[in-house]
Amino acid sequence: MIEGKIIKISGPVVVAEGMAGAKMYEVVRVGEQKLIGEIIGLNRDRATMQVYEETAGLKVGEVVIATGRPLSVKLGPGLIHNIYDGVQRPLESIKAAQGSFIDRGFSGDELPRKAWKFVPSVAAGTTVSAGAIIGSVTESELVEHRILVPPNVSGELVKIAPEGMYDIEEDVAEVRTADGKTVQVKMYQVWPVRVARPYVRKYPPTIPLITGQRVLDTFFPIAKGGTAGIPGGFGTGKTVTQHQLAKWADAEIVVYVGCGERGNEMTQVLKEFPELIDPRSGKPITERTVLIANTSNMPVAAREASIYTGVTIAEYFRDMGYSVALMADSSSRWAEALREISGRLEEMPGEAGFPAYLASKLAGFYERSGRVETLNGDTGSLSIIGAVSPPGGDFSEPVTQNTLRVVKVFWALDKSLKDQRHFPSINWLSSYSLYLDDVEGWWSQHVDTTWRKTRDRAMEVLQKENELKEIVQLIGPDALPEKERVVLLAAQMIREDFLQQNAFHDVDSFCSEKKQVLMLQTIMSFYDEALKLVERGVPVAEIRQTSAIGRIGRLKYVEEAKVPSYLGEYQAALRAEFSSLSDQYTG
Amino acid sequence: MIVEGVEGVGYSEVVEIALPDGGKKRGQVLEVNGDVAVIQVFEGTSDISTKGTRVRFTGRTLHLPVSQDMLGRVFNGMGEPIDEGPDIIPEKELDINGLPINPSARQYPRDFIQTGISAIDGMNTLVRGQKLPIFSGSGMPHNEIAAQITRQTKVLTGEEFGIVFAAMGITYEEANFFRENFKKTGALEKVVMFLNLADDPAIERIITPRVALTAAEYLAFEKGMHLLVILTDMTNYCEALREISAAREEVPGRRGYPGYMYTDLASIYERAGRIEGLEGSITQMPILTMPDDDMNHPIPDLSGYITEGQIIVSRDLLRKGIYPPIDVSPSLSRLMKDGIGKNRTRDDHDGLQNQLFGAYAKGKEMRDLVAVVGEDALSDLDKQYLTFAEEFEKGFVQQRKDEDRSIDETLALGWKLLGMLPEEELKRVDQKYIDKYYPRKKSE
Repeated sequence: MIEGKIIKISGPVVVAEGMAGAKMYEVVRVGEQKLIGEIIGLNRDRATMQVYEETAGLKVGEVVIATGRPLSVKLGPGLIHNIYDGVQRPLESIKAAQGSFIDRGFSGDELPRKAWKFVPSVAAGTTVSAGAIIGSVTESELVEHRILVPPNVSGELVKIAPEGMYDIEEDVAEVRTADGKTVQVKMYQVWPVRVARPYVRKYPPTIPLITGQRVLDTFFPIAKGGTAGIPGGFGTGKTVTQHQLAKWADAEIVVYVGCGERGNEMTQVLKEFPELIDPRSGKPITERTVLIANTSNMPVAAREASIYTGVTIAEYFRDMGYSVALMADSSSRWAEALREISGRLEEMPGEAGFPAYLASKLAGFYERSGRVETLNGDTGSLSIIGAVSPPGGDFSEPVTQNTLRVVKVFWALDKSLKDQRHFPSINWLSSYSLYLDDVEGWWSQHVDTTWRKTRDRAMEVLQKENELKEIVQLIGPDALPEKERVVLLAAQMIREDFLQQNAFHDVDSFCSEKKQVLMLQTIMSFYDEALKLVERGVPVAEIRQTSAIGRIGRLKYVEEAKVPSYLGEYQAALRAEFSSLSDQYTG
Repeated sequence: MIVEGVEGVGYSEVVEIALPDGGKKRGQVLEVNGDVAVIQVFEGTSDISTKGTRVRFTGRTLHLPVSQDMLGRVFNGMGEPIDEGPDIIPEKELDINGLPINPSARQYPRDFIQTGISAIDGMNTLVRGQKLPIFSGSGMPHNEIAAQITRQTKVLTGEEFGIVFAAMGITYEEANFFRENFKKTGALEKVVMFLNLADDPAIERIITPRVALTAAEYLAFEKGMHLLVILTDMTNYCEALREISAAREEVPGRRGYPGYMYTDLASIYERAGRIEGLEGSITQMPILTMPDDDMNHPIPDLSGYITEGQIIVSRDLLRKGIYPPIDVSPSLSRLMKDGIGKNRTRDDHDGLQNQLFGAYAKGKEMRDLVAVVGEDALSDLDKQYLTFAEEFEKGFVQQRKDEDRSIDETLALGWKLLGMLPEEELKRVDQKYIDKYYPRKKSE
């Protein structure tokens, strides 16, 4: 075992000598309190380390012990439902051990020490490849936890445990590898967080991740296995959007990383999620959620690690063949942690003080997403959605720009929309999605063939409104011809009755893909009918008075099951009102 | 200050410095490198000489002696009594840096706090355990607003608030304003004051909010009190942080502020909250003056990312003679949704505030339009919105400095204002509340 002595301390960065033989990114235990740290620089026998806990009181001369393994996570049953800090220490266990405040030097089990019912799915004597499923554990009401052969092990399955209750530390199988070694397989495996878990190949992202949010699904969809960035200044609704995604996205597993954000937000997630019911399975959504909380007042180095801890857990579930969504809120805080540590290392700063390797680190993180063929031939996907908090809401800063270079979907949160209480305040003109063409096939096959056409037409109306608005600002609304006023009316309806969605309303919080299409079609056909009336000489002011508009406005609050009958009434009302208007002006 | 030839020095431990002339100073270890320690001196480095100055390492980090008797007392920025009263007999000594609250031990804040100010209670409600800063600018009446809030704040269940007041780099006059104010209303015995005035060493300002929050945590989580912590002025705090960072020759971030300012501010703001199973709570109301009223300046910007909303004081409203000049549109209380409604304030509160926001925004839009095309071009409805915006500012936002409006009064005022608009325009309120509260209907 390598043991060194501390010679320098500066915040989370500690230097020790006598560390010859230690490896880069190896985990160390620092000082008498055995604080967790990681080696981030080696120079002869001097090791520079970042420490994941508060270093106040640490003294020169105290001992540093190298553990011989890189920063890793334990992957196995017990992950679901759990809430961890940035280096996979369960916050509930810390609470039990230390009370309401987090003190230093905690060490305990990452996975709960309990027995699970293991059900084998292969017989002894079969040949298993790396990543093969050998059995399963029912982890929660929603998740069947598949027990996998670790990615670096394959060979003949010599022994496998019969069905029964096993402690998490017990061996459940034994594999003899090609070079004759026997490897014991437990229900969990250990994997280094900074190394992406292997897969066979990536598939093109053709299936949309349905989120139940109209502006996202219909206008700027993200695909399963895709990446999205949500930049926005404070108060624009990044966190509400992330929470909405964590609640409603049709992923089988959700990993939510609260990285350098508010403590009360994590508490809200903890209190709210168990009460929320997933519309698809009818079960509480916590049954599929893993939480990682490294709030802004927790140590900065652990914040840097939290993103990797999260993505490794997400990859592990992907390898079981699940569709996984990872939400990181916020990647800017992670980048700031990088910057802080880089500053302490006295590295040459790049743009805005961030280290020059920010871009490659960000790209490396987002590249761990994808819809893949797993090692066992199954299909799994990992979608990554990262919130970005640009200082001053200025999108030209390095974290936003470097994120945009790698992600395929850009949901731009807009402060002026927020001031108008337009929620979600995603700007429809500056946002984009590069998956539109990829997912079009899925929509026409599973929902409605006109999805793309309707969406593009609506987008056109919004674009046109933007042009007209400039004119209105110059010469006033009266100068517009009637035909263009209809465009303004239609655009207003798209904005208020479709794009705006109330996250706190019981019905409106989630909108199925079917209802989304119906809603937009209703608005667009209203627009077509209104255009016809205007051509016959009916003034737009009269059309604005019709009750049909109000009915469309209330459509979003109508429960899914009642939508068809509601639309029937609406159409009857529309026909009556429009034909009377038409008669009035032509006859 | 750099000291050589030391052994066994701990990171961020406190040192006592004995000066050649017999004077004493205190400092803290910033960095240790072999037998060299870099020390930050709290009271400034004047009179320190490289000859004859002795340094004693105390072996522990900065601690504050705490006691229930701190209520009603005045301390300096380091936590030493300055009001001629006796020394505090400590019940405990606590590390001023505190420890982070475990997110899974937090209790989500939901209890409505009535400040008696309509613009806050009605539109940007404060709840117990929240951190809600006032973003102001120089020359604006943020001190009056803060004083009014401390005077009037209560919860509807009747429990009282204790107040911890931390001043960083404010002038004697401002400090005196608060002291007189507390005295006049008889609130002084439930206030703990920590004063670091403008002429005190800047470096002490780094300590002041931490000392204050340590006292607050003790009173809240060990003595079960509900506390409102006022921190003013956070801008001075950040300036001090920059000063030290520059002195340490660190790589500067935006506008010369250190790159870790977000983390540093979070270590202060995040000390607000409630803990499951414990009685007390800490509600924070930091005040900061935005340099040049610029919300994108790093100080308000980073604060806004950590705090749960912000109350914005507007110069335009001030010029119109409106007090309190709180601009409700950019202001926000993130915890409001869960603190209002049935059994908390009133069932119609959410819809009402939503409608008021919408109508006020529309009224302001009309104002801009009038500036371009003139009032004649507006339709009747547009004109109604225009007057609504005026009345909203004059009748709802505006109130006297000693006017303590109950939440029912505030909501009634809101409905009275909505009465100026036709019923069909109220799209954001549920019909059942319109039937119940909308004034025009009642009179029929």
